[in-house]
Amino acid sequence: MSTLTLGGRTAVPAKYLPVLVTGCLFVAMFAVGGFRYEGFASGQVILNVFIDNAFLLVVAVGMTFVILTGGIDLSVGSVVALSTMISASLMEGPGWPPYLVIPLVLAIGSGLGLVMGYIVHAFDIQPFIVTLAGMFLARGLCYTIGTDSIPIRDPTFTAFAQTRIDLFADLWISPSVVIAVVVVVVAAYVLHYTRFGRSVYAAGGSEQSALLMGLPVGRTKITVYTVSGFCSALGGVLLSFYMLSGYGLHAAGMELDAIAAVVIGGTLLTGGSGFLFGTVLGVLVLGLIQTIIIFEGTLLSWWTKIFIGMLLFVFILLQRLFSARSRR
Amino acid sequence: MDVPVPVLTMRGIGKQFPGVKALDGVDLRLLPGEVHALMGENGAGKSTLIKVLTGVHPADAGTIELAGAPVAFGSPLEAQQAGISTVYQEVNLCTNLSVAENILLGREPRRWGRIDWKRMRARAGELLSRLELSLDVSAPLSTYSLAIQQMVAIARAIDVDARVLILDEPTSSLDADEVLQLFRVMRRLKEEGIAILFVSHFLDQVYEISDRMTILRNGRLVGEFMTERLPQVELVAKMIGQELAALERLHGEAKVFDRPLIEARGLGRAGAIEPFSLTVHEGEVVGLAGLLGSGRTEIARLLFGADHAGTGEITVSGSPASLRTPRAAMTHKIAFCSENRKEDGLIPDLTVRENIILALQATRGWTRPVPREQQDELVGRYIKALKISPPNPEHLVRNLSGGNQQKVVLARWLILEPRLLILDEPTRGIDVGAKTEIQRLVAELSDGGVAVLFISAELEEVLRLSHKVEVLRDRRLVAELPNDEALTSDVLMETIASGGRAE
Repeated sequence: MSTLTLGGRTAVPAKYLPVLVTGCLFVAMFAVGGFRYEGFASGQVILNVFIDNAFLLVVAVGMTFVILTGGIDLSVGSVVALSTMISASLMEGPGWPPYLVIPLVLAIGSGLGLVMGYIVHAFDIQPFIVTLAGMFLARGLCYTIGTDSIPIRDPTFTAFAQTRIDLFADLWISPSVVIAVVVVVVAAYVLHYTRFGRSVYAAGGSEQSALLMGLPVGRTKITVYTVSGFCSALGGVLLSFYMLSGYGLHAAGMELDAIAAVVIGGTLLTGGSGFLFGTVLGVLVLGLIQTIIIFEGTLLSWWTKIFIGMLLFVFILLQRLFSARSRR
Repeated sequence: MDVPVPVLTMRGIGKQFPGVKALDGVDLRLLPGEVHALMGENGAGKSTLIKVLTGVHPADAGTIELAGAPVAFGSPLEAQQAGISTVYQEVNLCTNLSVAENILLGREPRRWGRIDWKRMRARAGELLSRLELSLDVSAPLSTYSLAIQQMVAIARAIDVDARVLILDEPTSSLDADEVLQLFRVMRRLKEEGIAILFVSHFLDQVYEISDRMTILRNGRLVGEFMTERLPQVELVAKMIGQELAALERLHGEAKVFDRPLIEARGLGRAGAIEPFSLTVHEGEVVGLAGLLGSGRTEIARLLFGADHAGTGEITVSGSPASLRTPRAAMTHKIAFCSENRKEDGLIPDLTVRENIILALQATRGWTRPVPREQQDELVGRYIKALKISPPNPEHLVRNLSGGNQQKVVLARWLILEPRLLILDEPTRGIDVGAKTEIQRLVAELSDGGVAVLFISAELEEVLRLSHKVEVLRDRRLVAELPNDEALTSDVLMETIASGGRAE
């Protein structure tokens, strides 16, 4: 009968191919770095990438949900900044305790996402423009709180910033990394093992079909923007741990880093195809580029952007090839 | 012979859309274990009837009974829950997901809220084996052919204890082997006692698979017939409707055509139209006759370069030409008025003048705008010549009636002074007055030496205008008939029904 196979030549199913490419890229970069620079080839270098990019990872997780439905969320960087600003001002000004501030910040971020998702769904407006508006709104709100950087001196926050969780053999991570990893694991479970997660993929594959199959497409879309808002707020909290300050200029352009990480991780911008693990690899690749440039020493940090730009070109072309082939 | 009790009965269904009576007193009954074909030309009301049945549109009149109990569905989901499942022409599945997910999406087996992938794959495999299919259910759907995707859609449809399965043109994008496979599945489901409603434009397929058919025409019921007792010719006649008031032909005297304008040899495109050869002379009106989906539009699109030909060659005025894009066709002075004036032709938010001038401007390029005086002069002339009403060049096209919109499209191409004008259903859905004007225009153009390729579902119209008629059936050019005294609509119908075998 008709048991067609995909040419029978690739042992790896086509859907894992983009992630595999990113994985190979990461390994290759690590190998080249280890070859060129002394002290590069250590586990701590990779862990440092996690430590320095935990907030980006969390934000990119939220972005993955949105992009999987075929949408985009440009507001994440601003929501991160707003979260640092709200945390800092509430703790430094009226002296609110962290266990009140953090839930409040998370609620505000989720609320913003919910509103944007609702507008996208209910009025059938391009997510690009709705979240662009959200981006300006959140960034503007930062400056209504204050135009200067507000330092955070709260003992809980400083403890989070300075605690080292020792692993084996002199390796260590920060508490933020633990939080980010938990977020990744939970998100991967949700995407793979729940109806909501599968609806995300279905809506991204074909919204029309998903509707006709009786799936709650509207609810799914609203939820992914809420998830993205939540992740941005959580990323903001992690950034506050990292920076120990709140500032309206924090996380400028982070939405683009998050999108870049998701795309480099092999998720199709048109939606419906991609894995959270790819996003993790994407963030690692971005972080490793930075690390290499620091190790190189003579290069200006702007080279990071140039490399990311080139990588994006390559990966977008790859995506085009994949989608062209699957359309036959 | 005992007649089983119908599982579904629709009586006196009426449906009114603004300005159109889409359905008027239509009855339909589906018997368990039978394939029932719903037949009718475009606009006969088949899809409206299906939409009323599945709850997409509410009925204005009539009753629907499912297994003896009156029902009224508010949405396709409700209909599905009651056991009426529909598989549409366009496969409405998510090709990025696995086969198993596509079958069970929205009702995945779960354990404590967690999707149980193992049970899901097993269940999907079971459903597919009911259709005698064995697929790798964890592979993405996109790795399978369209036919298999259609089967998957059917598997999804029958998972919810379906009693009625509606297949809306399921075969239009399948090749012959795939159709056979689909028919095997349909027969199997039939044996299980499911009532199948089958819509197709392919007469051979209808005769092969269906037991009974209901014919609609212009929103009215023509009748219910046993397939084996209804010859194909009668079916075609019932679908098209014999308007035997034979109008005089506009071309009285026989003209001699000796200057070929366009010659197509072995031109074809896989899946759209089998290779055909066709010569159109200067000043000749060539009619294309055939049922919907027989390949009429496909021929037109190939000649205009809107689709790429897979095989064959074209010569224009004796020299080989490559018509790979509409632009290339336009440089050879070929114009194409598409069937779908709303989607492919007109821009409703621009004025009559802007719409008419569009193609002329396109040939000049944006650096050389058409001077306003020349625009006004040209547009004024064609508004007058074609009697576009209201005769106001600044009127928005969206506010014009269908017939006048069609005239605007025509004017746009006539400004370019084409040598070959392809008209795809130029008179569909427009009133009688506009219709005769467009017909007269075609005759005038032909007298002036313009070649016209005229596509119409109305045989009478084709006969009245054409010098010769090309007959199409199932995406094949089956016959070329000179339009002489011997050619009547009966002969045409006979040719369409028999596929030219009668010759």
